[in-house]
Amino acid sequence: MPDEASPRPARVPDEALAREFGLSAEEWLRVLGIMGRTPTLTELGIFSVMWSEHCSYKSSRVWLKQLPTKAPWVIHGPGENAGVVDIGDGLAAVFKMESHNHPSFIEPYQGAATGVGGILRDVFTMGARPVANLNALRFGDPSDPVTRRVIDGVVRGIGGYGNCVGVPTVGGEVNFHRAYNRNPLVNAMTVGIAKRDRIFLSAAAGVGNPVVYVGSKTGIDGIHGATMASAEFSGDVEARRPTVQVGDPFTEKLLIEACLELMATDAIIAIQDMGAAGLTSSSVEMAGRGGVGIELDLDAVPQREAGMSAYEMMLSESQERMLMVLRPDRAELARQIFAKWELDFAVIGRLTNTGRIVVRHHGATEADIPLGPLADQAPLYERPTATTPKLPYIEPAKVEDRYGLAGGLLRLIGCPDLASRAWIYNQYDSTVGAQTIRRPGAADAAVVRIEGTTRALALTTDCTPRYCAADAEAGGAQAVAEAWRNLIATGARPLAITDNMNFGNPEKPEVMGQFAAAIRGMSAACRALDFPVVSGNVSLYNETDGRAILPTPAIGGLGVIDDAARSVGIALRPWLDLVLIGTTKGWLGQSLWLREIGGREDGAPPPVDLDAERKHGDFVRAQITAGVVRACHDLSDGGLLVAVAEMALAGGVGVRLNAGPREIPNHAFWFGEDQGRYLLAVGDGAEMVRLAEAAGVPAMRIGISGGRDLTLPDRGTISMNALRTAYESFFPDLMGRS
Amino acid sequence: MKAGIVLFPGINRERDMALALERAAGRAPRVIWHTETDLDGLDLIVLPGGFSYGDYLRCGAMAAQSPVMGAVRAHAQRGGHVLGVCNGFQVLTEAGLLPGALLRNATLRFIAADATIRVERNDTDYTHRYRAGQVLRVVMAHGDGNYYADAATLDRLEGDGLVAFRYCDAAGDVSEAANPNGSARAIAGILSRNRRVLGLMPHPENHIDPLTGGTDGLALFESLFAASYA
Repeated sequence: MPDEASPRPARVPDEALAREFGLSAEEWLRVLGIMGRTPTLTELGIFSVMWSEHCSYKSSRVWLKQLPTKAPWVIHGPGENAGVVDIGDGLAAVFKMESHNHPSFIEPYQGAATGVGGILRDVFTMGARPVANLNALRFGDPSDPVTRRVIDGVVRGIGGYGNCVGVPTVGGEVNFHRAYNRNPLVNAMTVGIAKRDRIFLSAAAGVGNPVVYVGSKTGIDGIHGATMASAEFSGDVEARRPTVQVGDPFTEKLLIEACLELMATDAIIAIQDMGAAGLTSSSVEMAGRGGVGIELDLDAVPQREAGMSAYEMMLSESQERMLMVLRPDRAELARQIFAKWELDFAVIGRLTNTGRIVVRHHGATEADIPLGPLADQAPLYERPTATTPKLPYIEPAKVEDRYGLAGGLLRLIGCPDLASRAWIYNQYDSTVGAQTIRRPGAADAAVVRIEGTTRALALTTDCTPRYCAADAEAGGAQAVAEAWRNLIATGARPLAITDNMNFGNPEKPEVMGQFAAAIRGMSAACRALDFPVVSGNVSLYNETDGRAILPTPAIGGLGVIDDAARSVGIALRPWLDLVLIGTTKGWLGQSLWLREIGGREDGAPPPVDLDAERKHGDFVRAQITAGVVRACHDLSDGGLLVAVAEMALAGGVGVRLNAGPREIPNHAFWFGEDQGRYLLAVGDGAEMVRLAEAAGVPAMRIGISGGRDLTLPDRGTISMNALRTAYESFFPDLMGRS
Repeated sequence: MKAGIVLFPGINRERDMALALERAAGRAPRVIWHTETDLDGLDLIVLPGGFSYGDYLRCGAMAAQSPVMGAVRAHAQRGGHVLGVCNGFQVLTEAGLLPGALLRNATLRFIAADATIRVERNDTDYTHRYRAGQVLRVVMAHGDGNYYADAATLDRLEGDGLVAFRYCDAAGDVSEAANPNGSARAIAGILSRNRRVLGLMPHPENHIDPLTGGTDGLALFESLFAASYA
């Protein structure tokens, strides 16, 4: 490690150092005002991480407040470590999605691995046993060798961590676009299950109660990680490697088991993981939420290396650590549990009535900050917004089709955004825990049984960034609607979402405008679909050398299936009628077909009719619940023909398709990306169409399954073998065959 | 037959294994902490899958030195049954209870996917509820499942009929294309000389329920708990 990368500044705090720590001149003055003196190095470190974009949400909070967060089944919405919803049987699902974008570019394996570790801790901190991991990944141009290196490291990192801790990785999504070159997005989601009356929160209480540190020792890794995550990238990526943390999934596994064992007792008053900004944010937030003061004695902190300063210990982002406030009479019991799991356990402080955080080290007071102003006077910006000009509607008849349906499908199904993801998910253990009913690739959402019950959770992650780039409001609504639709398509009752808002530099009005518009669209969809936001994360400054990523509000959706045996997947069986639900006009603007076949990233994205979305989804779910649907797939990227092909591939059976309506050009009907649609495989298509029409839902029979070929309505035919080769080649060709 | 599951730190398929044992035996197995040394009263000791000690140093190497392993070895020497799955198989080879070693997969990547394996013989305590040559669909989830032994050992295993399972295609044929991790002679599982100790890489315990992956693994546990067939 080069000396100049050492995170050990020996300078006296001044405005220049504050700026290096990511504070603005105005924010530095605010620090001076609160302290009434020049802060110590440790104090400046605490202010700078607590006021970083990553920890303070200073640019996004004004907009996030607009999101609907309530429903009768919501137990805890945003503001806790993760969202909590009632899933029946006295149980609750605890879930959240969080980004680890910047670290995953600097050091892909560790960046992605620690992203998984961090989100796991957010969930088991609340008393839930993690039962599923998902992810939402965005990579740059696949022809860029850097992209290959990032994919390889990220996939190994997610697998390396998730496989070892024994939480199945059951779902996810992947997109490629050059806008993510050197700024990949790694969004990790964890879902846990807890007893609904045994949820643990972070608000500290009880003056004099011990503050206990458990888990790994503290080292000098990840110092100022939160600040790094709040800045754009330029050419100095190598020098930032020391800001990336190193994960130890073995210790995390022990920590999960030890915490859950302790949580079965009445020892814990409050608990929080040490995530971004480590000991600083956990102690400040726990004391702040509880309205108490906190005193820390850093000499008692378990340390991995000698001679660490107070500044380094307070800002370290060493992984696999938790902070707890315990009942004093249960501290010994807790110590024994952590000793059994061979984890460090140390009383490092106590709660006070001073309303201040006081940090002592080697007998000296290294920090003494009033918690009220640190939180209340944290910066909050209503940054200027600029509207992105809308793109025109693209008339389907005016777009030429030079490839026909067969040629178009073979190209589309093999393109980076649609090709089989098996190369990725076959590196993730998706079955550990013995509850996985629908694995990756088997259904629109993963289906995981709730252990000990006959119910199941349906889980998905979704976003279509190219829609968001063209129209962030329509794209925000579409991301929520697609998550809802994917849950419906398994037979689930959608309950709530977590969001992971990935955007560029918020100081640029056009980026802030995208953010605000996406929130508007998401809010409208959440309201229309009774699908509130219960947790989330914001990742800004996703820019490299001044170029922003596509706006990417990734949505993690959760639903419940009351009868786990009634869930459906996408795999076709022979001799089923295919029934298309929803309205097809042939929307080509921003479609994958237009991009991959027409070579144009152009036009207005498909609008989402939220009333129709709700109506169609409710109808489809009722049919699945009634047991008459044998397979179901929502229509999204690539449109109807791609959905047919995916169902055929999953089941290993061919399909014979009927001609589409005459008034819509063939390529627009079969590849258009109109929203609010599903494809159902049923035994009696005529009856399904009759039921749909009776419910006021548009429906039409489009074909029948069977045979070994995909027979197209324009007389083209593709053998299932040829289709499979096209579908399965992209990743092995790119990453190496296995 | 009374079963116990050994818990090393870092093991993560113990719950799956407990469900399978309980399903076949009708009662929950005893959970054995890695520091315990008294296994009296148990007939079957199971070392489940996971990442004991994080797979640091070498898969299974540290668990093989645990206090409990002395008792497991004595149990095996008394003719007791020991089943090691995945990391448990690795521990058994590291402990010398089964020959050979599990190397990195030939692909050098973790593989989590369904495999098909062939039952090589059905006259053992573990397999008598299967047909000889029956093909099972079972999930594998490992980075180090590439079975290796020297040629003499492999010949002895073959000659003594100690190969329990082999990777194969859906028709039951063994080929390089149907060998997912590069294992010598496509070996997925082996038996000790007395056929009481079985180690295998895929996870039969994840296949006891039609909803979650099918039931191809159930007969292994039913074989064990059925009234002695011999």
